[in-house]
Amino acid sequence: MASSVISSSPFLCKSSQAKDLGFPKPSQISVHRCQKRSISRKIVSVMAPQRSSSSTGSVKTGMTMTEKILAKAAEKSQVVPGDNIWVNVDVLMTHDVCGPGAFGIFKREFGEKAKVWDPEKIVVIPDHYIFTTDQRANRNVDIMREHCREQNIKYFYDITDLGDFRANPDYKGVCHVALAQEGHCRPGEVLLGTDSHTCTAGAFGQFATGIGNTDAGFVLGTGKILLKVPPTMRFILDGEMPSYLQAKDLILQIIGEISVAGATYKTMEFSGTTIESLTMEERMTLCNMVVEAGGKNGVIPPDATTFNYVENRTSVPFEAVYSDGNASFAADYRFDVSKLEPVVAKPHSPDNRALARECKDVKIDRVYIGSCTGGKTEDFMAAAKLLHAAGKQVKVPTFLVPATQKVWMDVYALPVPGADGKTCAQIFEEAGCDTPTSPSCGACLGGPADTYARLNEPQVCVSTTNRNFPGRMGHKEGQIYLASPYTAAASALTGHVTDPREFLQ
Amino acid sequence: MAAAASLRSVNPTLSPRTLPSPNRSPSFQSPFLRFDSSASFNPKPLVARSAPSPFVTRSAAEAQERKTFHGLCYVVGDNIDTDQIIPAEFLTLVPSNPDEYEKLGSHALVGLPASYADRFVEPGETKTKYSIVIGGENFGCGSSREHAPVCLGAAGAKAVVAQSFARIFFRNSVATGEVYPLDSEVRVCDECKTGDVATVELREGDSVLINHTTGKEYKLKAIGDAGPVIDAGGIFAYARKAGMIPSAAAA
Repeated sequence: MASSVISSSPFLCKSSQAKDLGFPKPSQISVHRCQKRSISRKIVSVMAPQRSSSSTGSVKTGMTMTEKILAKAAEKSQVVPGDNIWVNVDVLMTHDVCGPGAFGIFKREFGEKAKVWDPEKIVVIPDHYIFTTDQRANRNVDIMREHCREQNIKYFYDITDLGDFRANPDYKGVCHVALAQEGHCRPGEVLLGTDSHTCTAGAFGQFATGIGNTDAGFVLGTGKILLKVPPTMRFILDGEMPSYLQAKDLILQIIGEISVAGATYKTMEFSGTTIESLTMEERMTLCNMVVEAGGKNGVIPPDATTFNYVENRTSVPFEAVYSDGNASFAADYRFDVSKLEPVVAKPHSPDNRALARECKDVKIDRVYIGSCTGGKTEDFMAAAKLLHAAGKQVKVPTFLVPATQKVWMDVYALPVPGADGKTCAQIFEEAGCDTPTSPSCGACLGGPADTYARLNEPQVCVSTTNRNFPGRMGHKEGQIYLASPYTAAASALTGHVTDPREFLQ
Repeated sequence: MAAAASLRSVNPTLSPRTLPSPNRSPSFQSPFLRFDSSASFNPKPLVARSAPSPFVTRSAAEAQERKTFHGLCYVVGDNIDTDQIIPAEFLTLVPSNPDEYEKLGSHALVGLPASYADRFVEPGETKTKYSIVIGGENFGCGSSREHAPVCLGAAGAKAVVAQSFARIFFRNSVATGEVYPLDSEVRVCDECKTGDVATVELREGDSVLINHTTGKEYKLKAIGDAGPVIDAGGIFAYARKAGMIPSAAAA
């Protein structure tokens, strides 16, 4: 099975190996770049980004996007992988799980009366353990509220009425989706968050990575962090995306290729014609899971799609940066997306890749659609589109947890294209799914025992979430198949892991 | 360990203004600090050191200093993720709160599958009898939760020796000073068994893991760029030393 996956792999060229695997030849440009890396670095003048503030007119070696963002944030004209630099932080995000600890360390180190470095650059988003009766979880939200009041934090997306999330106009939901939605993800900036999936924001051409409480406590007081410049691995995805594929398939394919530690300490930069064709939400899915390959950050060159999204949500000026033509990459991977098939990650690792159709005999107990990875508006639209096309009832309990309040409203308000004006919510109801519930991280990471849709039995679940390590969704013996929203919806209809092409063609 | 925790509870909100010396924060949870605070140790804490304060700037003489951890091994496999180290249901515990710090320790590695016959921390206990955790590749992958290195340190583990580490876990270990993350040159998780008696010796250049049960010795990789930060006593002490944030005296 594994070998069949490998043999059908669209993985074409890892330049560091420079093997001709007999697949279609990459473009001339890429061959040129692949070879260039074996030649010593040339000193050439920098390909200046628009309005570059760091350009001094001196000659420089080419830099990748990530290197440029970090150089600018460190007020340096040049950085190379391995440099340890102090970086100015543009946005620090924290949530109810790590915020109390981060503020605790901030107070311990800087003093009870200390003030944060900039109350307008800190974003606090309660999202993890919200709709629970767990007293300590509720207390943690209260602690964050107190800190935010005391520190006059501008962006605190609070919730006080747990009975009806709609009664909380400020409440957003899952932090990574909310950050984008509220205009905090901007090209060229540095975003840190006390959550590993902070890397999602790389979709906007931002340097975004997850940190711990202690580092966050340090940033709260100083606005700075000590970072090591990561080498960049480049993933070039070309070709027309088949109608049955989603960004989730692409990232599971890539993680399956390089393993859960394949990008450890590194940047994953995604480019190519397929990436250019992806919507912002799909790009977010791709960057969201770079941490599942061990990546420090993921990044996508900003383009008109990016600018359109960002400029509709913020008036804060930003400066996009791009990798230079002569930048140095640690590795190049090329994929011909038109040849890919829907994939899943089998238990218990995100790199345990298999074709969805190869798992058709796997009987499942439930389906979960939600989280920062697979709980965005387009994820629900995709699931609804498939359910509508099939016109059938789901065979297993199907749980729907919109990432944010905005997504929840979209699920109830937006007509699904080609579905006779029906909304996602109507289609889900007709198909027999559970009613879409209050937006939060939900059962993606298990959470308190009373968390909605938590895996409390050793069941098999197809999920649009991001991790399937033992115990991730609750029960240690639970089995999680990570999949795209299409594959999740198709699997709900059959009660087995199912290739969405069974219903989409 | 207990001494360090109590130290912190005595002075949990120490401001830089009141620090007794520029580069020594009594509230900082560094393993070095733990050696100091357990200066009157008996064999029980399973930690020994043969050098004076590590907070003093390194000199040629101190380059010879040895830091030693001695105790029982707890051996795990590859890709031990943060959900296995500390399941998400326990993340409501806030590590900077001393009582909850202790509780986090009691749940350390409780997310490991049932195939692990020996518990890292016995039910009802808050401390582990294992001071050295030995893992395979990609130890600590997954979430950025600092609760992961904290729970291991809170349980009393001193070092994690693994073939490789996930980035954020390694960083959080360094930033907090809760456990030493040490890369082994070979796959020691296949050669050691839970319950083996071992010693980790940190030396300039050639740190080693000695398994006394099997009589074998393994080289550990140099800690690299994290060294200066660990040596300073964590990210805050490092930044104070570098003048990045005000030292106690300056404040």
